[in-house]
Amino acid sequence: MSGIPVEAGAHADDAAPSPKEAAASIVAFPDGPLLVRGDFELVDPEGAALPRRRRTIALCRCGASALKPYCDGTHKLIGFKAAP
Amino acid sequence: MKQPSARGTVSELVLGIITGVGPAQPALDGLPDAVDRAVVSTPDLLFDDDLQLALFCLYELHYSGIDGASTDWEWNPTLIGARGRISAAMEARIRQEVALGELPAAKSEAVAAELFRMTGEAGGPSMSRFVAKEATDQQLREFLINKSIYQLKEADPHTFAIPRLTGRAKAALVEIQADEYGGGRPARMHSALFAKTLRELDLDDTYGAYLDTTPAITLASSNLMSLFGLSRRLRGAAVGHLAVYEMTSSQPNRLYSRGFKRHGYSEEAREYFDEHVEADAVHEQIASRDMAGGLVESEPDLLEDVLFGAAAALYVDGLMTVQVMDAWAGGRTSLLHSAASPV
Ligand code: FES
Repeated sequence: MSGIPVEAGAHADDAAPSPKEAAASIVAFPDGPLLVRGDFELVDPEGAALPRRRRTIALCRCGASALKPYCDGTHKLIGFKAAP
Repeated sequence: MKQPSARGTVSELVLGIITGVGPAQPALDGLPDAVDRAVVSTPDLLFDDDLQLALFCLYELHYSGIDGASTDWEWNPTLIGARGRISAAMEARIRQEVALGELPAAKSEAVAAELFRMTGEAGGPSMSRFVAKEATDQQLREFLINKSIYQLKEADPHTFAIPRLTGRAKAALVEIQADEYGGGRPARMHSALFAKTLRELDLDDTYGAYLDTTPAITLASSNLMSLFGLSRRLRGAAVGHLAVYEMTSSQPNRLYSRGFKRHGYSEEAREYFDEHVEADAVHEQIASRDMAGGLVESEPDLLEDVLFGAAAALYVDGLMTVQVMDAWAGGRTSLLHSAASPV
């Protein structure tokens, strides 16, 4: 994965995202994790890539996951609330 | 798939026809009446070994096929008719049982909230807590054998729904399924991870290897997915069903993994469960809001079907769990004829 953001207008002729569409997006799910989709890298403080097994990931924001930084569904058990 | 043994008149007729035992025509001529009689007289279709096995075999013609059965049988009108008759009765049986609460608004957030409510409330005994804390080694094996009938083709039934969706719901379903199929890496396919777990426990990972010991209700759980997946009319139900599967997976799989660890099984053996903890924490969000919610927003008429599919999944899988846990509580095997028990 390149991790290089698509520049607006740089690929006018191919199927690249339209200028308005970001290279990556983060969806804040109510009462749940942050879902990260698209072209991005997940790294530690030194810049080394963290183990990642899928394109779209869910990052824990309740603090209770045993798989941090990923969500493991524990937010439901602890009744985590966040809107959005 | 390996040919199973018949369990009664209808499955015997079906298997005889497709595997070419004797001339097909007389059996084909007799099939509609035999199916009718069986459907009318069964005490409970969901627990009927003969009918569930027949239905399972008829559906399997659309998946991996059955050893010795010509591919020509897949669209044979008489077989399709028999399949339709059994599956219609099964759908009616389930519709009688599941009650939907007050319908939420046909909005993504409201649909997701209702699905979270339904899956959060699902009562019944907890298989995952039992597996984590108490199950014996033999029970872990039975647990895998019971699961193998679906998990070795995990994701396939819902994939049939892809061309029937559009836009946001379709993109969401494809995003989930791409992950289920390993994101392009065959060894990461969930079905392949499950096969690895079976091998780690010295069980047979051939599809259908344990079909003869699989109880009717487990076949019914699998047949329900095919029923939804193969019918455009029921595309909403297919989506609701998948949403429930994704939304009731993360935590249970963490507990399953714990149970296998308790018995000393390796990380390799547990990878299938560990993968689901992480994957389904992602999938449940996509499934509830983008897939189910997205479908209802684009086709509001499907709201009730989506919730029906969800309720049906919870109901049928709940029956399956109760049957297995009852058997274990009584010190019995949850599989058919333990004499032939493979382990
Ligand atoms: S947000 Fe899901 S476990 Fe923390």
